[in-house]
Amino acid sequence: MAPAGDILLKVEHLRMRFGGLIAVDDLSFDARAGEITALIGPNGAGKTTVFNCITGFYKPSEGRLSLRHGAPAVWDALETLTDSGQRSVTRSDGALFLLERMPDYLVTDEARVARTFQNIRLFAGMTVLENLLVAQHNKLMLASGYTLLGVLGFPSFTKAERAAIDKARLWLDRVGLLARADDPAGDLPYGAQRRLEIARAMCTDPVLLCLDEPAAGLNPRESGELNDLLLAIRAQHGISILLIEHDMSVVMEISDHVIVLDYGIKIADGAPNDVRNDQKVIAAYLGVPDKDVAKVEAEVGL
Amino acid sequence: MAAHAPKTRVDVGRALKDAGLTALLAFGLFLPLIGFLTVQDFNNNLVLTTRWPLLFSVVAVIAVGRLAYSLVLAPWLAARAQRPVAATPPAWRAFVGRWFTPFAIGFVLVYPPFVILTAGWGGAVKWLDNFGIQVLIYIMLGWGLNIVVGLAGLLDLGYVAFYAVGAYSYALFAKEFGLSFWILLPIAGILASFWGVLLGFPVLRLRGDYLAIVTLAFGEIVRIVLINFVDLTNGYAGISSIPRPTFFGIPFTANDDGFAAVFGLEFTPVYRTIFLYYVILGLALLTAFVTVRLRRLPVGRAWEALREDEIACRSLGINTTNTKLTAFAMGAMFAGFAGSFFAARQGFISPDSFTFMESASIVAIVVLGGMGSQIGVAIAAIAMIGGTEIMRDLDFLKHIFGPTFDPTQYRMLLFGFAMVLIMIWKPRGLISTRDPSVFLKERKTISSDLVGEGRG
Repeated sequence: MAPAGDILLKVEHLRMRFGGLIAVDDLSFDARAGEITALIGPNGAGKTTVFNCITGFYKPSEGRLSLRHGAPAVWDALETLTDSGQRSVTRSDGALFLLERMPDYLVTDEARVARTFQNIRLFAGMTVLENLLVAQHNKLMLASGYTLLGVLGFPSFTKAERAAIDKARLWLDRVGLLARADDPAGDLPYGAQRRLEIARAMCTDPVLLCLDEPAAGLNPRESGELNDLLLAIRAQHGISILLIEHDMSVVMEISDHVIVLDYGIKIADGAPNDVRNDQKVIAAYLGVPDKDVAKVEAEVGL
Repeated sequence: MAAHAPKTRVDVGRALKDAGLTALLAFGLFLPLIGFLTVQDFNNNLVLTTRWPLLFSVVAVIAVGRLAYSLVLAPWLAARAQRPVAATPPAWRAFVGRWFTPFAIGFVLVYPPFVILTAGWGGAVKWLDNFGIQVLIYIMLGWGLNIVVGLAGLLDLGYVAFYAVGAYSYALFAKEFGLSFWILLPIAGILASFWGVLLGFPVLRLRGDYLAIVTLAFGEIVRIVLINFVDLTNGYAGISSIPRPTFFGIPFTANDDGFAAVFGLEFTPVYRTIFLYYVILGLALLTAFVTVRLRRLPVGRAWEALREDEIACRSLGINTTNTKLTAFAMGAMFAGFAGSFFAARQGFISPDSFTFMESASIVAIVVLGGMGSQIGVAIAAIAMIGGTEIMRDLDFLKHIFGPTFDPTQYRMLLFGFAMVLIMIWKPRGLISTRDPSVFLKERKTISSDLVGEGRG
């Protein structure tokens, strides 16, 4: 695992343009290993666009998105990697990936960045267990000798599949869905679907987990459980989390570091408490110019 | 309409009015279709004649049918809909589900001796060749297409192209190089799956309707190339006297080194038919076995995941390009096997055997059977193809409709009728539930409401 406190993901001068609309403009921030980094902002601020760029679903118009595996010393290779035109470089002490150069499936497969979606995207007609096995596709594919050994029923594949089921069982237990393992995913209640999507993302063995509004639609008890789950993922697996969230009880309680976007521009970056009291952030959330914040706050009684 | 009304009391006046309206509608519709007939007289002039008795009997049948529906069937359906559904399915269903497959496999294995015993050597050819082999070819094609359409959710309307590639590769290689059926069978499969990948590449980015149109065009392109590439394929005339398969080197001929002579039997062409029957049965069972196996492997699960949600697949690190191409290649390979068998069985092939109608029939079989269901597809193929063959024997209909009546001409009408019925009764096909590929404690079938149909 990457040592805590060091930079894991570096976003530099990210810009995403859709025709005439600039969704994200010159955004730079770092996400540190072993931390929960929250990306917040009003609706339409460009948070999900940033996620889509990081996870390879969009090709950024400009900017560099780099991710580290292993020792922090591999950051030295960043400039050489950028100039070389390669996607990634692997050294004995770690590896460096330029996410903007990778197609989406390789971001998960090689750079090991997993994600969930704002509107849940489970395989509704497949069982809960099958959902978690699909997440381990590449490992199982290799074990099945690209299907050939699997069709013939080689024991190496049977062993790999059993290991995959054990891993799925572990994660189902963690998210409290073990009893429903054989039910179709589409039959689960909303909160359970959210948890299953997180478990599915974790089954890809990520170093960075990107969660797009994991608490949306959850009741207070469920979002409390979600907090515990995310803190446990960080503590026990040392996995860093990048989070988009509107629910401030989640953001303020569990994040180590908050970045605030408004109209595609970063307006604040810091510890949760600093961001909470930032005049620009309050203005953006209230939807008024900076100078009117005190007046509006007085009006609404803050 | 009446079936959906919650009332159970029968309103006779309304039913009569309804039946009258239906009769009027039927009269208007069938007046030009059945009422008038053009025939050539002695001077080769076209003259218009009328068929009033036939027209009125059809209209009467429809009106009485509608009356019976609103008086008897609709109240019964409404009453049934109000009855609570039993929580657990009856025991016989579990029994049928458990024993159907072994029984079906056992039946197809003993089918040839059974037919010979019941129909005799002379009558057996028809039941083995026209019925058994023909149905098995379509079962195999249905199962092959099921991989592409049912599992991966990619609607392929040009599937017959791969069948054609398999047939022509066997025909050309066997005629030009004299290679045996068993060597050419895998070659035909490989060539067909190569063409499957070739089709797959350009259509990877297309989904839904667009994919369907391009695959349809691909099927037509292959057929038109077969027609026009006369130097290679002999165009419309087709390829004839294709070498027939031998029994591991022993030909099925009346000669001294023929099958019958070698095994000390009396010569009859039925031996070849029996052999071909078991070959296509083996190929079809291979298709089923491989598909069942693949479904439980990562690649099969990835196909189904692709049908459910392609974006989620990509977020889990699945290379969707490769996954789609393997689905196309695998489906095409089985069509190639079936095609090379078809060429070997017929001894003659021409582009006429590979029209869009064939693709449409195979898609219809998959849709009627239930996408993704092996047993459903087999039942649909038996009903569709076997039903057509049985129609040839319905000679008694000639006594009713006159000596010029040919029941097989109504094949497409019945196809369409069956489609409409199935779409009303079971919109997702005969067997629409999905069996999970893996389970922890208990295998629960998944209702079709949750299973995705695939959008491309």
